[in-house]
Amino acid sequence: MTPLVSVEGLTVGFTAREGIVQAVNGVDFTLERGAVMAILGESGSGKSVTLRALMRLLPPARTRIGGRVTIAGHDVLTLDQAALSAIRGPVVSMIFQEPMLAFDPVFTIGQQIGEAVIRHEGIGAKAARQRAFDLFDRVQIPLPARRLDAYPHELSGGMRQRAMIALALACRPALLLADEPTTALDATVQIQILLLLRDLQRELGMAVIFVTHDMGVATEIADSIAVMYAGRIVEQGAVRDVLRRPLHPYTRGLLNSTVQGSSRGQRLETIPGSPPGLIALPSGCSFAPRCRHAMAACLTAAPRAVEATPGHVARCVLVEPAGAAMISIGGSAEGVAGS
Amino acid sequence: MSTTALAEVPADPRDRGGPAQPLLLVENLRKYFVLRGGVLNRAVATVQAVDDISFALRKGETLGIVGESGCGKSTTARLLMRLIEPDQGRIILDGEAVGAADGIGVGELRRAMQMVFQDSYASLNPRLPIEASIAFGPRARGVPAQVARDRARDLLSKVGLEPDRYIRRYPHELSGGQRQRVNIARALALEPRLVILDEAVSALDKSVEAQVLNLLADLKAELGLTYLFISHDLNVVHWISDRVLVMYLGKIVEIGPVERIYGEPKHPYTRALLSAMPSMDPDRRTEVPSIVGDPPNPINPPSGCRFHPRCPHAEPICDRTAPSLAAGGDTAKGDHAIDWDRHAVACHMHVPGSGHSAAPVGGA
Repeated sequence: MTPLVSVEGLTVGFTAREGIVQAVNGVDFTLERGAVMAILGESGSGKSVTLRALMRLLPPARTRIGGRVTIAGHDVLTLDQAALSAIRGPVVSMIFQEPMLAFDPVFTIGQQIGEAVIRHEGIGAKAARQRAFDLFDRVQIPLPARRLDAYPHELSGGMRQRAMIALALACRPALLLADEPTTALDATVQIQILLLLRDLQRELGMAVIFVTHDMGVATEIADSIAVMYAGRIVEQGAVRDVLRRPLHPYTRGLLNSTVQGSSRGQRLETIPGSPPGLIALPSGCSFAPRCRHAMAACLTAAPRAVEATPGHVARCVLVEPAGAAMISIGGSAEGVAGS
Repeated sequence: MSTTALAEVPADPRDRGGPAQPLLLVENLRKYFVLRGGVLNRAVATVQAVDDISFALRKGETLGIVGESGCGKSTTARLLMRLIEPDQGRIILDGEAVGAADGIGVGELRRAMQMVFQDSYASLNPRLPIEASIAFGPRARGVPAQVARDRARDLLSKVGLEPDRYIRRYPHELSGGQRQRVNIARALALEPRLVILDEAVSALDKSVEAQVLNLLADLKAELGLTYLFISHDLNVVHWISDRVLVMYLGKIVEIGPVERIYGEPKHPYTRALLSAMPSMDPDRRTEVPSIVGDPPNPINPPSGCRFHPRCPHAEPICDRTAPSLAAGGDTAKGDHAIDWDRHAVACHMHVPGSGHSAAPVGGA
């Protein structure tokens, strides 16, 4: 069976005054139907840009997208505008960090959900309102009838986030893209939204790609994690594998520098320095300048993806098969560069 | 018996009240914001942002304040700095009341107390190189230009920024983590004794956040600082704090030593907050939300205990009467008999004879 999502060699560059900002530099992954993947990364790692590229939500005039994205058989990067808006909703849909920006402030929430359903399924206004009502009930919005007639600014932050989820699910998408939807929420509301998304995902059999910078949130929601750094996925695998046996030095650094109660009173481990500028990326491994294990081979070519154990992939010379690692330690950079 | 014994605070020539005198005593602090509307612009509602809170800050400690948006934690910080005028309440800095006839003025308060904000960019003047930003406070207080500049260089290297490389830069030429280091340097330029950190690391990436937290710990040890650390991140508060204060809708619901708050939380809200932290173990994911619903609007908050509409243990008494933090300890007035290990909670379930069925038997 072909996977629901397949991304090959995705690159995204933005033209800026100073040059081209290379935000995504060759991202590959596949996602099966009904699976949940988290993309974990810090600001500027390219995680949100990757997500937006899957739906082509980036400004076309100053964006250059390369590679291939297939979602449910649609070659997304080659679709014309009409075909693109036809798949946005029933095939793939997205929720954002700031629901206030996702809604139109001058229409009621009920009207906006109704519009999406009528547009894609051609049903009548009455049936559309019923669908919106059912959705509000499903996302646990109290007094759904009253809230459907509310304008976005009349709802609290948690309610707006639920309403946006209802809007995104209105046309029963096969794939839901979530861009930090819980980051702006309070802790007690965040966990409610995460549990709600998990329930809906199971019930509807949706695939979800969930972008976050929070390791705990990724752990709560995802089956697998992809860690991004400077526009590349540097490590990918099942949640358990990535959390318990991280392979890439960046993932390890990120896990160690995440403050946990148990580390009280101890110095926090940090990753020195800061992420590279995306206009002139180093030719080799982008993490090498901050990596304590960096060696000559790291600077010559970007490490290839190596599957260390089944399903657990990392881009680092340290996980290259022993032979290659030996060569690189010996200083023969060509051995690795050519592989 | 002290479970929160602090590393010995270096003798400070500015110390007036002695080591037992709290650095800061806050008594019955209150701020209501009046919302106006309608044609006549009449008062239509009141936000009870901070409602009658009292606490003390021990010399050399870090007191963490946690709570969700709208709980009043940032308003509290701004009231302490007098960025907003309180409606009521006293602030006593090392034994001297602020604004009283025999006390100190707001200027002196701000010399002793400085603040670092969440938005590192908005809190720096974009048109000043960072040297000028750091030297601005001392210059305004009459420090000679050369001395102020030397101090700025010193502070930059203290916060881990090479002075020669950074001193001429403008805020937009720095990363978020570097800007927050500059803000910390600027806060330290007046040699304050207390630094209020209002979500100071919340906007930073994890790897940078860890660097800045280590820096804060180093500066505190080196300069004998006292911190008031406001954050919504419970992990960070756990790491940095000696004592923790939990706020809900303008009220203190629980206060105590950090290990007691995290180890044996008493207030149902504190318990809910702690169990809402995402699990870091994929085999022990959260299955049921600890509480449901959103935090209520601070306009017209619920009667009685403000948490009762969301509380699984609510009984009629909770709707009728607001519980108070048990008397004594941090609310002690003036005298030095503050029990810093006190773990106090504002909940009828913990007040003997309160009328709640789970309360201990009266007269205990």
